[in-house]
This record gives sequence, C-alpha cells and structure tokens, in this order.
Amino acid sequence: MDTLFLARAQFAFTSIFHFFFIPLTLGLSIFTAILETAYVKTGKEKYKQLTKFWGHLFLINFAVGVVTGIVMEFQFGMSWSEYARFVGDIFGVPLAIETLLAFFVESTFLGIWIFGWERLPKTLHAASIWIVAFGSTMSAFWILVANSFMQSPTGYTMAAGASRPELVDIMALIFNPHVWQQFPHVLAGGIVTAGFFVIGISAWHLMRKGTNRNGYETSLKFGAIFAFIGTVVVILAGHSQMQHLLKTQPMKVAAAEALWESENPASFSLFTIGDEEGLKDVFSIRVPKLLSFLAYNSFEGEVRGIKNLQKEYEVQYGPGNYMPSIVTSYWSFRVMAGAGTLMLLIALLALYKVIRESYTFSPVTGALLFWSILLPWLANSSGWLLAEMGRQPWLVFGLLKTENGLSPVSVVSRGEMMISLAVFVMLYAALAVTDFLLMKKYAVAGIESGE
Amino acid sequence: MDLQTLWFIIITFLFIGFFVLEGFDFGVGILLPFISRDDRQRRTIINTIGPFWDGNEVWLITATSGMFAAFPDWYATLFSALYLPVLMMLVALIFRGVAFEFRSKRDNPAWRSFWDWSIFGGSVVPALLWGIALANFIRGVPVDGSMHYTGGLLNLLNPYALLCGITATLIFTLHGAIFLTLKTTGVLQERAMNFAKKLWAPATLLCILFMAYTTIETDLFRHLGVNPGIIPVFSVLALISVLFLLQKNAAGWAFAMTSVAIAFSTITIFMGLYPRLLVSSLNPAWSLTIYNSSSSAYSLGLVSVVALVFLPIIIMYQGWSYWVFRQRVTGDSELEY
Repeated sequence: MDTLFLARAQFAFTSIFHFFFIPLTLGLSIFTAILETAYVKTGKEKYKQLTKFWGHLFLINFAVGVVTGIVMEFQFGMSWSEYARFVGDIFGVPLAIETLLAFFVESTFLGIWIFGWERLPKTLHAASIWIVAFGSTMSAFWILVANSFMQSPTGYTMAAGASRPELVDIMALIFNPHVWQQFPHVLAGGIVTAGFFVIGISAWHLMRKGTNRNGYETSLKFGAIFAFIGTVVVILAGHSQMQHLLKTQPMKVAAAEALWESENPASFSLFTIGDEEGLKDVFSIRVPKLLSFLAYNSFEGEVRGIKNLQKEYEVQYGPGNYMPSIVTSYWSFRVMAGAGTLMLLIALLALYKVIRESYTFSPVTGALLFWSILLPWLANSSGWLLAEMGRQPWLVFGLLKTENGLSPVSVVSRGEMMISLAVFVMLYAALAVTDFLLMKKYAVAGIESGE
Repeated sequence: MDLQTLWFIIITFLFIGFFVLEGFDFGVGILLPFISRDDRQRRTIINTIGPFWDGNEVWLITATSGMFAAFPDWYATLFSALYLPVLMMLVALIFRGVAFEFRSKRDNPAWRSFWDWSIFGGSVVPALLWGIALANFIRGVPVDGSMHYTGGLLNLLNPYALLCGITATLIFTLHGAIFLTLKTTGVLQERAMNFAKKLWAPATLLCILFMAYTTIETDLFRHLGVNPGIIPVFSVLALISVLFLLQKNAAGWAFAMTSVAIAFSTITIFMGLYPRLLVSSLNPAWSLTIYNSSSSAYSLGLVSVVALVFLPIIIMYQGWSYWVFRQRVTGDSELEY
C-alpha cells in the first residue's frame, strides 16, 4: 500500500462516512421544522411531541455529521497539500464562504433551538430550526460549488507556465451547470433519506400496535409525502445530470455503463460481467437503443465508449491512463439507480396506504416499509462513489491528476498515513456503532420519550 | 492597506474569536471533572456552555477555511507539517463534540463518566496543541525553499512551544473558571471562584515567563515587521488585574480582563509574525509570507467582501444567543444534557 493509496482510502472513507449523516441532517431538519411550524400554527400538543421525538433523532445524527465535517476541513491540507496549493485560489473561496454564511448560522441557531424551548417565544423557536435547515442547505450548496469545480472546472484562467489556475469569475463558478445539476440531486437525496427514515420508524411502531398510533400515522403521512416528492425529484435530477455528464465527463458515463466502444444507437447494460484488463464483456445482457434514449431522449445518437475516449484523451492530454475503475463505476451506478427505482415503488406504496388511511400493514408491507430505511443510504454512498471514482484519474478534471495532489512523502510519511487511516477507521467504527445504538434506543422508545 | 494585510488581520481576528470564545469552553471542559461532585452538578456545568460551544468552534473552522482561501500555501504547508498533531486535535474535537450529545442519552454512570472525561480530554488537547502550534509559527520550523516542511514531530515539541502550550491551557482554564462563576450559583460558583483564584498565580507567572522567553527565543521584539509595543504589557497587566477584580467579586470585569489578555496575546504573536505566516528556521528568505503564499487579488477581494459583510452579522446573532441564555444555570433548571 503506497501513500497515494492510503491517502485516497482515507479520504474516501472519511468523506463517505461524513455523508452517512449529512443527507439525514438536510432532510430531517426540514422535516422537524415543518412539524414545529404545525405546532405553532395549530397549538396542538401532538405536534410538539412529534417535533421533540424527531428532533431528538435529528440531534443524535447531527452531532456525528458536525464532528466528521471538521475532519474534512483540515484534510485537504494534511494529506493533499499540493492539491490545496494548486486550487486554493478557487476551491478555498466557496469553502470560506460556506463557513461564514452557513456553518456559523447552523451551529449558533442549533444551540438556540436545543436550549431555547423555555426561553423563546414559540414563533422565534420554530424560526430557529428553520434557520438551521436553511444553514444546512446553504452549507451543502457551497460545498457542491467547490466539488463541482473538481468535476467540471469553470470561472478560472490558467496562464501558460503558471503553477496554478486562478479564479476570474465567481459567477461562472457559482453558475457552473454542474452545480445546478448536482445541488437539486443532493438536496432531494436528503429529503428522500429523511422520508424513508420517518416511514421506516413509523411503520415499525404502527406494526407493534403500541400507544401514540395517531402520532406515527401523522409522521407516516408526512414521511410518505417527503419520500415520494424527494424520489421523483432525485430521479429526474439524476437523469438530467447523466445527460449533462455526457457532455462534460463522457468517460464517467461510459464507465458507469461499461460501454467499451462507441455505439450509435447505444444499448443499455442491464447486467454485465466485464474483463477490465481486456476491456471487453465476458457476459452481458443489454437493451438495444435504450442508452441513446436515456442520453438524448431519442433512439438515435452516439454514446462514446471507453476505448474511444481513452484515445481522444491521449491526444488531448498526452499519454496516460484516463480510465477510472470500470467495475466500481459500473456497479455503483447500478446500485444507486436500482435503489432509486425501489424507493420510487416503496414511496408509492406508502403514499397509497396514507391516501387510503389504512395503517394496519401485512407483515410483508411492514417489513418493506421498515427496511426501506436502508435504501437512501445505499443510493447516497454509491452515488458519491460514482461521482468521485468516475472522475479518476483526475483530481480536478483536465487540470490536476490525483497522484499530483498528494502531500509529498517527505512531509507526510507512509507511516503517518497508516496511523491516521487506522485511527479514523477505528474511531469512526466506534462512532457508527454508538450512534446507531443511541438512534435505535430513542427510535424504539418512541414519541412518549420525547418529553 | 493591501488585501493580503487585510486578510492577515481578518485571520488574526478569527483566531482571537476562537481563543476567547472556545477558550472558556475548553476551560469549562478542563474543570468539569474537578469542580463537580455529582451528576447534577456536571450537567449544570456542561449546560453553561451547552448553547454556545458549537457556534464557538466554528471560529476555528472559519479561520482554517480563511487560511485556505486567502493563503493556500500557508494552509497546505502548515497542516501537512503538523500532520500528527492535527490528527490528535481532530480526534479530541470529535470526542468532545459527540460527548455533549451522547452523555445524557444513557443513565449508566460509567457511560457518563466516559463522556465527561472525553470532554476533559477534548478540551485540554486542542488547547495545548494550539499553544504549541502558535509558538512554532514565530519560533520557526524547518521549511525549505519550496515551502515544504522538512522536520519531524520532535521539531515541534521544543521547550518554548511546550511552555506556550501549557500557558495557553492554564489561561483558558482560568478564563473558564471565571466564566463558571458568572453562569452558576451556590456551591458550584464558590468552587469555581476558588479555582479561579488558585489558577491566577501560575497562569500569570507562566504568561510573564513566556513573554520573557519570547524575547530570547524569537525575533518577535527585534523584528522589522510591526513592533507590538506595549500590547504584550497590556496583556500581562490585564491578567494581573484579574486577582484584584476577583477579590472584589467583580467576576464580570475579571472575565473581560482574561478576554483582553487572550486577545492581546494573540495580537502580539500575529504582529510579531507580520508579514510572515510561518517562519522558516532554515533560511529567513524561505519563510512563508502573506505575499508569497496568497491567493490572487480577485479571490482575496471577493472573500474580503464576504467576510466584512458577514462577520458583523455573525457577531450580532452570536451576541444575541448569549443574551437569550444570559441567566445563570442552576441545578433546579431544566437541564438538557
């Protein structure tokens, strides 16, 4: 294991782990805010109980999201110092704006919300959780502005012979089309995550036929709406994003489809076992013309293949390997899209139950609704895996390769990298278990524990 | 004034915000195991900083992201050089951050004790490490002509830096003790007051010792940049006044004075650094400065506008949150954690 591998493993591990918590923070903050608004509007004690119940789970989740986020803020300098030098002029700007505009707001008003139940007028208290939700959303936005620069750089200039690109147009950075593809996708992903989280826990309680049925029915109602709207938006946004990537990162799409050669019209792979060394299929089930249709809304149109793009890039950027890991890209895309399809079906099922007001479930329905909690996590993580692995070998697309962003081995040794990776793996594993057990404890204890 | 200097001042300001605000959080965390006798008291102590600690910690995160945006080479060189210390700080902050949320979630005394000690460790380690780091900025670390650190962990753990680390930790603890006297009542308040009075002498002595050591160990008082003049003297005087104010039961003023001492010490160090960011001990010409490490004028101008517009707003709403929770936390009040 060389330092490059260790640094990549650490970054992947810490950022995926961080993103276990972020979508739920995004979605559940909005969900909690809606419940508290209902409490303020109607004055019904039921909504206050629900706010406290889901708010408790929100806070347990939030704590881990925050502390793992701090790690991200330092890690670019620690393990990726040459990357930080190279992109600081551009990438640092949205990060700084994020802390000033979003992180401060989120943290300060969360403290006010947690401790302010007795101190603030009801309206102001409800406003503070809305501000937290707004802060979380803004935070996600600015981080995606930064990430989009790595995917598809805009708004910069790089003089001949210069050591780094420099920002020349902040508007081009913010209005990078990639941002506006990714932001709705990620935000809707958060809504979906919260939606299924609420559906799953509510369904579990409804199956048990305990107290507070009415509270869980209300939660399920809100959760089903969240899950349904979120899933529809996430699928539409994802579709649109794929079409956009065809233009900006065609290699990512080709890898996600394991499309070796350019095809016109292009077929869609349902299931492929490929030979990554020989760049060919071993076994594959394909739907003719479907990929062209997904790409261009028409059964005609060329989708460029991996081998062709490799040749194009060699001409454009010089000799080298421009192919990401095909296996990772292909399967992470399939897991994400598969989970998305399942979620749409289950969201429809939940919505149907809510509309029919039938809250007694058969064991199968109950199990489906409960286990659907896991689907958004699967989709979120595999989605980011595709986004970041599919960008390889680039760290900043077309500008900087991953291997050139690493801190020099003379500064951060292999041993240090191994220590930090081991520390993060052990610490995060312990955090995950603890957080899961606490979540479970409070979720099982139910609404009456909220007070 | 050029944009680089403006950003140097903004980052100094962010560090002052971090040290003054998170300083008393750290102090309270360090005192937690020693000042409390039972779980109710521990919860009271934690609740004095409960609504604030997260917002206070963002001052550090903002300082860091400001370093990244304004002086990318400083950010890159510093955090790769301090790899293991930063790792330790992150681990400490992770334990501390989740401890606030996790400790109350189970009644088990061993569970609570574990998280209480996490708060202690999570407070003492970052306080110590930032003291050590800051001293090394001005003392100089082995940085070569291409801005890469050539030293190891032991280069950072010199007596001068260690003294700064211990001094900072003691001053934060004193700062936290005084904060507790302002936010608690009864027996806790008395104990916090006693701790403050006991901590005063070592904290002040070490601060003076550190200033004296600085004149020998660094070029801070001989440097061409900006002469800090009487600012360090004010810092020491503010610290000296604390004991008299405490004896007169003017804890509010004493807290103001520890804040002044922390702020002025930070200013002293940054003025001594200016226009350098990280002194190279190998060759003065290899030091990182605000000019050779900075972003372009466009980026600097942009983040300057954002910072100058939003920092006053941040101070306003954070100030408001302190106003909302201005009452003392008593054992009878509704306790969150």
